[in-house]
Amino acid sequence: MSDDPVEHHPEDQPALTPLGMPREESPDADIIALGQEMAIAEADVRWPEGGEIIKGRSLWRDAWRRLLQNKLAVFGLVVVILITIAAISGPWLIHKTLGFTPDYIPSNDVRLIKSFPPFTGLDGKFSWTHPMGTDNAGRDQFARVLQGGQISLFVGIISTLVSLLIGISYGAIAGYTGGRVDNLMMRLVDVLYSLPYVILVIVLLSMFRSQTPRGQLVLLFVALGSVSWLTMARIVRGQVLSLKNQEFVLAARATGVSTTRIIFRHLVPNTLGPVIVYATLTIPQVMLTEAFLSFLGFGVQAPLASWGSLAADGAQNIAIYPWQLIFPGVTMALTLFSLNFLGDGLRDALDPQMRTE
Amino acid sequence: MLRFIIKRLLVTIPTILVVITITWGLIRLAPGNFYSGEKRLPPAIEKNIREKYGLDKPWYQQYGKTMWNMLRHGDFGTSLNFRGQSVNAIIRRSLPVSAVVGILAYLLALLIGIPVGSIAALKQNSRWDYSSMAVTMLGISIPNFVLGPILVLIFSLSLYWLPPSRWNGFFSWNIILPVLTLSAVYMAYIARLTRAGMLEVLRSDYIRTARAKGLPEKDVVIRHALRGGLMPVISYTGPALAFLLTGTVVIEKIFALPGLGNYFIQASLNRDEPLIIGIVAFIAITLLLMNLFVDIAYAYLDPRVRY
Repeated sequence: MSDDPVEHHPEDQPALTPLGMPREESPDADIIALGQEMAIAEADVRWPEGGEIIKGRSLWRDAWRRLLQNKLAVFGLVVVILITIAAISGPWLIHKTLGFTPDYIPSNDVRLIKSFPPFTGLDGKFSWTHPMGTDNAGRDQFARVLQGGQISLFVGIISTLVSLLIGISYGAIAGYTGGRVDNLMMRLVDVLYSLPYVILVIVLLSMFRSQTPRGQLVLLFVALGSVSWLTMARIVRGQVLSLKNQEFVLAARATGVSTTRIIFRHLVPNTLGPVIVYATLTIPQVMLTEAFLSFLGFGVQAPLASWGSLAADGAQNIAIYPWQLIFPGVTMALTLFSLNFLGDGLRDALDPQMRTE
Repeated sequence: MLRFIIKRLLVTIPTILVVITITWGLIRLAPGNFYSGEKRLPPAIEKNIREKYGLDKPWYQQYGKTMWNMLRHGDFGTSLNFRGQSVNAIIRRSLPVSAVVGILAYLLALLIGIPVGSIAALKQNSRWDYSSMAVTMLGISIPNFVLGPILVLIFSLSLYWLPPSRWNGFFSWNIILPVLTLSAVYMAYIARLTRAGMLEVLRSDYIRTARAKGLPEKDVVIRHALRGGLMPVISYTGPALAFLLTGTVVIEKIFALPGLGNYFIQASLNRDEPLIIGIVAFIAITLLLMNLFVDIAYAYLDPRVRY
């Protein structure tokens, strides 16, 4: 991608269409290399022709507008928001309205301790109580899927944050330092890239299996975060390399700003665009890996449940109680699908030059 | 070229050693041990066990012995859980199962993914393009451990067309569902990669030249565009192999196949240390050598790549 924002000047292109209407898109939008020049774009721009002051569109507002034009990305965004809200508030709401928690095993009636199909109550009659049915112990599947969603989303987000922390620091330091250090650091990333890391994560999780579910969760964050930062480091390094010789860095250095401060206060904020895009795409990957590990029994431990461990329980009973697999599985697939589309949409919106079209 | 291969080998060999060392270190650093369960063993018995497995020696001697046996003699030791079976024998027995399922899945993915992606690129922004890309995104988003049981539910438990699980030799109906489940994700990835690669190539000058000199569209696409458009697919082979290896772990568990992944899971759950190290080492060596091979193939196919 071109890193030269001075390629075009707004003056070179008429800011008005032949009809004299302001252009739908700011002429800068497509040429501002991602993450750069935000400060300039933020400022008010005085168009030479009109004489009136038009508020310049910031990179972010432009990106947001482009995102809203992408139907699939909007669909993804809406679904992700809905699922997140449902996962956070759902178990609590169910508890308030219907009176049971996700791990409530019915104790008043022995006939309730079995797996009911969706929308079925006792005697096989239609009932709204369990829209996703119940599991073998008679626990409400809907509440469990929502609570599993909490854990899955939580693992996805926290592990992505861990990978962001490592990836950004590593990439920024390598890129800014340059030379032999950079070479060595990136060679190490190349080596790590070729490792069968999921296999190593399984070894790590099985060997250091924690006694408490919470401990296992923390182990999961660390394990997943520490293997998914590699691409992030490469992206940030690339960005920093292209930014570090720009005037604003020179100015900062000239005024005596420390190296650490230049890296983390001046350079890193300018790499935010690609970082956000890649983070959005990392979340579904991490969630998938978490589900994979939980499915195999190395991840989230009971009584905590994630979509992966719910699917693992369901897969055991697929012949008789298919809804035990289908609901957590489909909810998870829908979430990953939406996150992937949102990530793709964000990439197209934030970086028109990386567009696949 | 020779220099490039030697250079890559110089990186690959230390990497293999690093993987084995990390695995060995993780196992040694982990709390607890493989021989005692809930109850503590009497000290005399514990001492005997530690002596038998060489655990009484300092760590560098243990490490040295493991590495020496592995690298010098290709001997991974004896499994603790599968009594009386050497790790080598287990790998030799289970590898063909994993390899056949993995290779068939990858071939199927190529066979379907490339045409789907190419047609999507040729008819960019058409209904076919949008729908195939939505379907491939769905394929990427459905975890294979959800897809597998659902396929079993449909084809085995409802339609009674295919056996639901178990291994029955290479030429049996049993292999169809595992291969289909495993290949779904790669089909989707390869279709998307092919589309992206083809879109870029179709816009390039040499395709315009080929069209301008009046070549039939079929020749332009098959003989000129595909060659460049498939480069992303080739460079994806390396990561794909890694994912195939981890994918087979789940597939083998779902379909109860006696493959490498299934043994690896059992070894990890039972803390069968020699088997864990053996399988990890084997996977690492295979993977890194395959990656090396892919890199060489890439450099050979794309003359612009100069090392």
